[in-house]
Amino acid sequence: MQFPRGKVIAIMGGSGSGKTTVLRLIGGQLRAQSGSVTVEGQEVASLNMDGLYRMRRRMGMLFQHGALFTDLSVFDNVAFPLRENTALPEEMIRDLVLLKLHAVGLSNASPLKPAEISGGMARRVALARAVALDPQLIMYDEPFAGLDPISMGVIANLIRKLNDALGSTTILVSHDVHESFMIADYVYFLSQGRIVAHGTPAQMMASDDPYVRQFVHAQADGPVPFHYPGHSIAEQLGVAGRS
Amino acid sequence: MMLDGLARIGSSVRLGLMALGISARTFFELMIATGSLWRRPRLVSDQVHFIGNYSLVIIAVSGLFVGFVLGLQGYYTLNKYGSEQALGLLVALSLIRELGPVVTALLFAGRAGTSLTAEIGLMKATEQLSAMEMMAVDPMRRVLAPRFLAGVIAMPVLAAIFSAVGVLGGYIVGVRLIGVDEGAFWSQMQAGVDVWADVANGVIKSAVFGVAVTYIALYEGYCAAPTPEGVARATTRTVVIGSLMVLWLDFLLTALMFS
Repeated sequence: MQFPRGKVIAIMGGSGSGKTTVLRLIGGQLRAQSGSVTVEGQEVASLNMDGLYRMRRRMGMLFQHGALFTDLSVFDNVAFPLRENTALPEEMIRDLVLLKLHAVGLSNASPLKPAEISGGMARRVALARAVALDPQLIMYDEPFAGLDPISMGVIANLIRKLNDALGSTTILVSHDVHESFMIADYVYFLSQGRIVAHGTPAQMMASDDPYVRQFVHAQADGPVPFHYPGHSIAEQLGVAGRS
Repeated sequence: MMLDGLARIGSSVRLGLMALGISARTFFELMIATGSLWRRPRLVSDQVHFIGNYSLVIIAVSGLFVGFVLGLQGYYTLNKYGSEQALGLLVALSLIRELGPVVTALLFAGRAGTSLTAEIGLMKATEQLSAMEMMAVDPMRRVLAPRFLAGVIAMPVLAAIFSAVGVLGGYIVGVRLIGVDEGAFWSQMQAGVDVWADVANGVIKSAVFGVAVTYIALYEGYCAAPTPEGVARATTRTVVIGSLMVLWLDFLLTALMFS
């Protein structure tokens, strides 16, 4: 897999296909049992803790459910990476946070607590926090999960716009075909930890690969079986072989 | 059959040793992380407020009732030997040496310990700790170390408050209600309680309990399975292991200090 600068790359696949694992390998939260992961020419597995943290300062990650700090306000959540990783004065942090929140349309929600905002708003706050340090690599883990169609469209547009504005690389892990294909430059399809297909969204839409067809067209049965593998229902009911 | 049994015993011993090793390594990492807190005292003071202040009511009320009971029981026992004048001394020594540190630690495990475990466990379950790591912030330094130090600071203070309120409780029952001589109550206490042998040992005990209970609470939360069931089990383990550890350490410390 390659993730060139300035591109939005989608990693798609069903639940348990290994999408989030790829993000955790890139972020150094997991170590690869085989193969290698290289970020900006640095082998992630070879970095010590200080090196890993230096690398992560150039990364941003949006977690599936936002992972906002529930005891901090929206403002303090976005200010958190700035306060922890920079020596900027508080006035400048305030301006930066308000600009980031303005970019996701939530500058007026800054005093609210995460419990006081909707799921879609929380995802936007997490997005503002993920890009607070203007990262070179932004990773999104299921950013559309559980969102209403309006919020999904808003988040999808923000992901593309932020990537273009920052000139960074975006890795988007998702199983939402429409939104992902709308903003991605390139797509990888994973199944059971392996790349089963890759190409541009247009190529994937036209693909004859049975897995891609099943996934893109939301078919219930195909290479990913509807029934969990095992005994047939006739065997389970004890009527197999009876005429 | 016998080999299976041996294998099971071996497996449990191996798992137990591994858990002990992980716990010891985490404790060592926590000690190192705690050493860097002098640069950010605000993180610790916030947690001292959270852990200490919120435990204050239960500690003070419990101290008062334990003092009441000590006053009553002490009077009835001492009265048999005509020594009710020593009631103040009995109440003070019981509280300062034993009941203050031990009961405070047990209450602390139930009140603040469970709160810490649930908080850290839920932070883990909702990926807040992972998010922190991805923001190049070490959760050990930012979340665990300030809470650990705050627990170690808060425990002796809470134990002192427990003992002080307990002495007051003993005074109310012994002097005000039963009628023990007030002068004897206080003067016997003043003459019999030694600052180093009694008070300092009590403070050392409560500081050791603070280290044990707070660490167990944080470790259980940090290692909890990131599910509602996992957090619930971790919270229960905090109370059970924390309480047993306090009682065991109390026996050990008492044997060392007063033998």
